[in-house]
Amino acid sequence: MPLARAINAGLRRAMEHDEKVMLMGEDIGPLGGVFRVTADLHKDFGPARVVDTPLAESGIIGTAIGLAMAGYRPVCEIQFDGFVFPGFDQITSQLAKLTYRSNGYLSLPVVIRMPFGGGIGAVEHHSESPEALFAHTAGLRIVTPATAADGYAMIQQAIAAPDPVIFLEPKSRYWDKGEVDLTAAVDLDERAVTTGLHAARTVRPGEDVTVVGYGPTVKTVLTAAEVAAGEGTSVEVIDLRSVSPLDVDAVAASVARTGRLVVVHEAPVFFGPGAELAARISERCFYLLQAPVLRVGGFHTPYPAAVHEEEYLPGLDRVLDAVDRSLAY
Amino acid sequence: MTEPLTAIVGPEAAPGPQVQLLDPQGRRHDHPLYGPLAAGLTTDQLRTMYRDMVLTRAFDTAATALQRQGELGLWPPCQGQEGAQVGSAHALRPRDFVFPSYREHGVAQVRGLDLRELLPVFRGTRHGGWDPRTHNFHIYTFVIGAHTLHAVGYAMGVQRDGDVGTGDPARDRAVVAYFGDGATSQGDTNEALVFAASTNAPVVFFCQNNQWAISVPSTTQSRVPLASRGGGFGMPSVRVDGNDVLACYAVATEALERARSGGGPTFIEAVTYRMGAHTTSDDPTRYRDRAEEDLWRTRDPITRLRAHLEAEGLADEAFVAGVDDDAAALVAEVRAFARGLEPPPHSAMFDHVYTAAHPLIDAERAEQAAFEASFAEADQ
Repeated sequence: MPLARAINAGLRRAMEHDEKVMLMGEDIGPLGGVFRVTADLHKDFGPARVVDTPLAESGIIGTAIGLAMAGYRPVCEIQFDGFVFPGFDQITSQLAKLTYRSNGYLSLPVVIRMPFGGGIGAVEHHSESPEALFAHTAGLRIVTPATAADGYAMIQQAIAAPDPVIFLEPKSRYWDKGEVDLTAAVDLDERAVTTGLHAARTVRPGEDVTVVGYGPTVKTVLTAAEVAAGEGTSVEVIDLRSVSPLDVDAVAASVARTGRLVVVHEAPVFFGPGAELAARISERCFYLLQAPVLRVGGFHTPYPAAVHEEEYLPGLDRVLDAVDRSLAY
Repeated sequence: MTEPLTAIVGPEAAPGPQVQLLDPQGRRHDHPLYGPLAAGLTTDQLRTMYRDMVLTRAFDTAATALQRQGELGLWPPCQGQEGAQVGSAHALRPRDFVFPSYREHGVAQVRGLDLRELLPVFRGTRHGGWDPRTHNFHIYTFVIGAHTLHAVGYAMGVQRDGDVGTGDPARDRAVVAYFGDGATSQGDTNEALVFAASTNAPVVFFCQNNQWAISVPSTTQSRVPLASRGGGFGMPSVRVDGNDVLACYAVATEALERARSGGGPTFIEAVTYRMGAHTTSDDPTRYRDRAEEDLWRTRDPITRLRAHLEAEGLADEAFVAGVDDDAAALVAEVRAFARGLEPPPHSAMFDHVYTAAHPLIDAERAEQAAFEASFAEADQ
């Protein structure tokens, strides 16, 4: 099934599992969200559990905080990545910090779902990758599924987590299909929703160079690995799955074998997640690296008009070029 | 009280004059709607209101002095606003939930919070102090207006729990958000009003218009009386003399009862005055006249209730002296407590960043501990 439907199935499962789980956001009710991720849930769970909110992002996050304090588990939808900023203060100053500010008296199990990334030819504010802005804030967990199976499982684990989770949905992959076992129970104990939710996964083993992606770039990187294999280069592909916390151990273990690392994300390279990973890997694997850690991602421009996004996004050729540059050292 | 009451000002109407039951000279006045709500207050309740106001002021004055002496990093004084805070808070029931800003020391006193628990935040030993659930009194919020949304969300939760409009006074609950005139300019406060109105949430917006948002007068926040803002969002709005503890009690009682009974939100503007600085960091002499402060001094909420109690024979010298003794004892405790506050170990900064385990926090905690330990080793 497509990723969008897998997340829908995960939301449904979570709502069946815990009656305190409720969805809130703009147009998520009868319409089912602009990407239809909440399709049919309003019909089946009613307007008290699938809430069409007023058009106010700060209001959505801020009231979700109060609902969580009252014992509910709100799952907020922000319609598009670029529209999260009116709610940014509530996320970074309130949601992220209330557990700390209250000395641990409050736990805020709020999930913020957000379609993120580009590649769908949208107008401005509809194609951004704000993960680094959230990752820089302590108190938030930031995850992103790259496959339908992960979409189904990770949304349930995010909802079960006792901390706020930013759940980034790669919008360009919403329609990509994958196998999902809807009958298998998803592990929702605390260890699974903290450690398991944040574990990187090796999706293709290789020997010459490690290439890390997450969310929408995992597919791009896998395609690049396929092409590189045809040229005699063995690429190990890691799906990070979580931007915060960052599974540095998994990446370091891979780099210890390959000696080379390329990080690929759609977010701007400057101060991006790749910079953090590069710094940590340089520190951990300095004597094992055969080449400097390279990064492929967006430029230091606002997300450009749709006609330029093919050049802006880390496409197949730019990933392959980075692999070649790494091997050339 | 089982029937929801009708507010004095509907959304369609302009705000009326301030509701006042006790004038600055301490004389009681009647009011067709609100008079009866305060008429049933017993002598004990009136005396407790007086005591709460006096203790709040004594505590506040002591905390201000502690800041001047370098014992606190900052203090937001509430002198002048005791009537609005104590009066409205006396209308609360234990199950009601309060979302304060950062100046609601009088509300904390009425809710039963040990006022000393307010100090660690301002001494810099930790951000929060108390468990919000113990007295249903949320931790202070410094981002102006941000907590008004938390209050509405909590009220939406109360609504979903079915704890509204059951007619069972032990079950029905309401939520209050306290904020100032400056907060009415914030987007969050306006979004809170939208959400509250459209969901009919059981929440009372209690705006203490203390005339100044740091150095900027409330006329810069609004061209219309703040109470008329509520009407624009479709909720009953009331303008009350904020230095009249009885009127604040009555107005809050009516609004809270409407919320608990399922009648939805209310906006209250309590017209009051912040006698001191916004916080100990600013200097009111730079932005307002002494004459204005002197005028408001004549409207003091404590002296007017005391005048009333004495005129009615409800308080004698022994009672007043007893309250003053309690206040002096509280001040002594507060000073000793503040000075005795020990800083927690540095490792505490890593506590409660997340509820569940987090590898980066664990790593950084260990790193910092090893760094500290290295000094101990070097000393040996």
